[in-house]
Amino acid sequence: MKGKRDWLKLHAVLVYVFLYLPILILIVLSFNSSRTSAVWKGFTLNWYVKLFQNRLLWEAVQNSLIIATATALIATTLGTAAALSLHRRQIRGRLWVEGLLYLPLVLPDIVLGVGALVLFTALGVGLGLGTMLAAHVGTSISYVVLVLRARLADMDQRLEEAARDLGATPWQTLWHVTLPLLAPGILAAVLLSFTLSLDDFILSFFTAGPGSTTLPLRIYGMMKTGLTPEVNALSTVMVLVTGIATTLYLRLTQNRI
Amino acid sequence: MRKRVGLAVAALLMATVALSGCSSGGNTGMAADLPRPERDPNVDTSRLSAELNVFTWSEYLPQSVISEFEDLYGVRVNYDTYSSNEEMHAKLKAGASGYDIIIPEIYMVKVLRREGLLETIDHANVPNLENLDARFVGLEHDPNNDYSVPYVWGTTGIVVNTERISPDQIQSWDDLWNPAFEGKLVVPDDAREMVGIALRTAGHGLNTTDPAALQAAKEKLKALKPNVRAYNSDSPKDLLLGGEVWGGVVWSGEAALVMRESDSYEFIIPPEGVTIWIDHVAIPKDAPHKYTAEVFINFLLDPLVSARISAEYPYGNPNKAAMPYIPAEDLANKAINPPSEWLEKAESLDDLGDDMNQLYDQIWTEVKG
Repeated sequence: MKGKRDWLKLHAVLVYVFLYLPILILIVLSFNSSRTSAVWKGFTLNWYVKLFQNRLLWEAVQNSLIIATATALIATTLGTAAALSLHRRQIRGRLWVEGLLYLPLVLPDIVLGVGALVLFTALGVGLGLGTMLAAHVGTSISYVVLVLRARLADMDQRLEEAARDLGATPWQTLWHVTLPLLAPGILAAVLLSFTLSLDDFILSFFTAGPGSTTLPLRIYGMMKTGLTPEVNALSTVMVLVTGIATTLYLRLTQNRI
Repeated sequence: MRKRVGLAVAALLMATVALSGCSSGGNTGMAADLPRPERDPNVDTSRLSAELNVFTWSEYLPQSVISEFEDLYGVRVNYDTYSSNEEMHAKLKAGASGYDIIIPEIYMVKVLRREGLLETIDHANVPNLENLDARFVGLEHDPNNDYSVPYVWGTTGIVVNTERISPDQIQSWDDLWNPAFEGKLVVPDDAREMVGIALRTAGHGLNTTDPAALQAAKEKLKALKPNVRAYNSDSPKDLLLGGEVWGGVVWSGEAALVMRESDSYEFIIPPEGVTIWIDHVAIPKDAPHKYTAEVFINFLLDPLVSARISAEYPYGNPNKAAMPYIPAEDLANKAINPPSEWLEKAESLDDLGDDMNQLYDQIWTEVKG
């Protein structure tokens, strides 16, 4: 019995090592004074200095954040509305409607990316932040609907019915009963669509135009001509920021419960 | 304990922010010592646009150069990147419009011209064309430089770690096959370059389409396999500096970086000749800010600007007027500035068409397989 537990412990440790070792190496090498990643030549903060001076990288970070925030807000709004109407109404051919909504989840991104590019070109729309945002929102809606449909399925129908019984108008029911009940799902949908958009490479690659390079595109571009430890430094900063955000989030939610 | 970690993290963050604040404005090496270029009085300000959309490789236009252009002319430069000539071509063909400046290699200039995807460059707006070295202007792909202006160039050669391989051991491309280098070489994962080298050893040109010659090249490359430790085009410098390989076939820019990092490396171009690439600045068809693009090209050809670009990136510079501003050690670096006689037999790669490209790729896949 005890032996078994030791194995499990070892297994767990190995999983964590596998998950975090690459990140650890990345962080360590961000302090390497050599330009190439292979040889350790001594400690330096030079790459952080360079990072903060690298306007192109920061512009890319900025583009990524703009797109991700806008995507999260727009996709969550549209997706929540879609989920609500799918939940409430008896729509004819509902299976089809739902199926078509979920298809982008399983379709390879490359198909969606090429499709978006062909569409925008055919319409004569100039590629840029706008087209990229449209593509991101389009695919994120599916995820939002999926998350909220699950939440709606768990929601007690009788609460809405009781509100109406007590004389609330449909709007009042929506604002004071339904949306507060859905809040955790909506928050999850916002976070999910934000992360998906921030991560996205393929859709962005196809729909990017002048001045809309996002962070993943910028880093990919650097691969060919010189991936310097600046990228490591940037990743370290991102790990720190997300680490702090997650800690805060956990603290806040734990205190409340 | 946890709190202490949090504090340490916050302190570290603040330290980096503070550090970056202190030293901003500092610049790399020699570039900082160069006088700043001046505003060209002949530029017609009323025709300048508010923005200029540049589409090129990452790490190809130094930030200091872009900022100077922005300060002098009040134009905001957007810098978007691609990772191959083909990727850029595909985007332009798919109708990605709005770019004003691209930097294709000669073979891609040919393709783009054939497809009518380039604007002509008005020479009246680019008087600095006269700064260019005569060796790089009026080339066959664009005899009057109506569509393209040389920007940077490079070659492919052999780099050796002199602690392991004496440069005397490399007299020709054939010396790569020396059994003494078993498992100690890195070569690019690139069909045209590698098949090209094998063709060279048999006295053929780089753009050979003769099936028998290509067949022989394939067999020759298979014989090189025992010596090859790695196929790596993107970052062979890691393998070289890490001591994993003793030398190999490397692009000159990469070799120059290795040589800047360590003194024990040397760059050699064998006498049979090599590939040479020359990237050209061009303006895509229907560019929204054509005049500003021409002003920008003229700015890039300013000797001081050009020298700054060279200080930052170790490529060959076709700008003769910039030479006095380039540090002596870079001019002596044979990967950056190879002796003229090495280039006598240099050849550009041609676009051989889809069928031939496929054949080259197939040969290379079989060799590696």
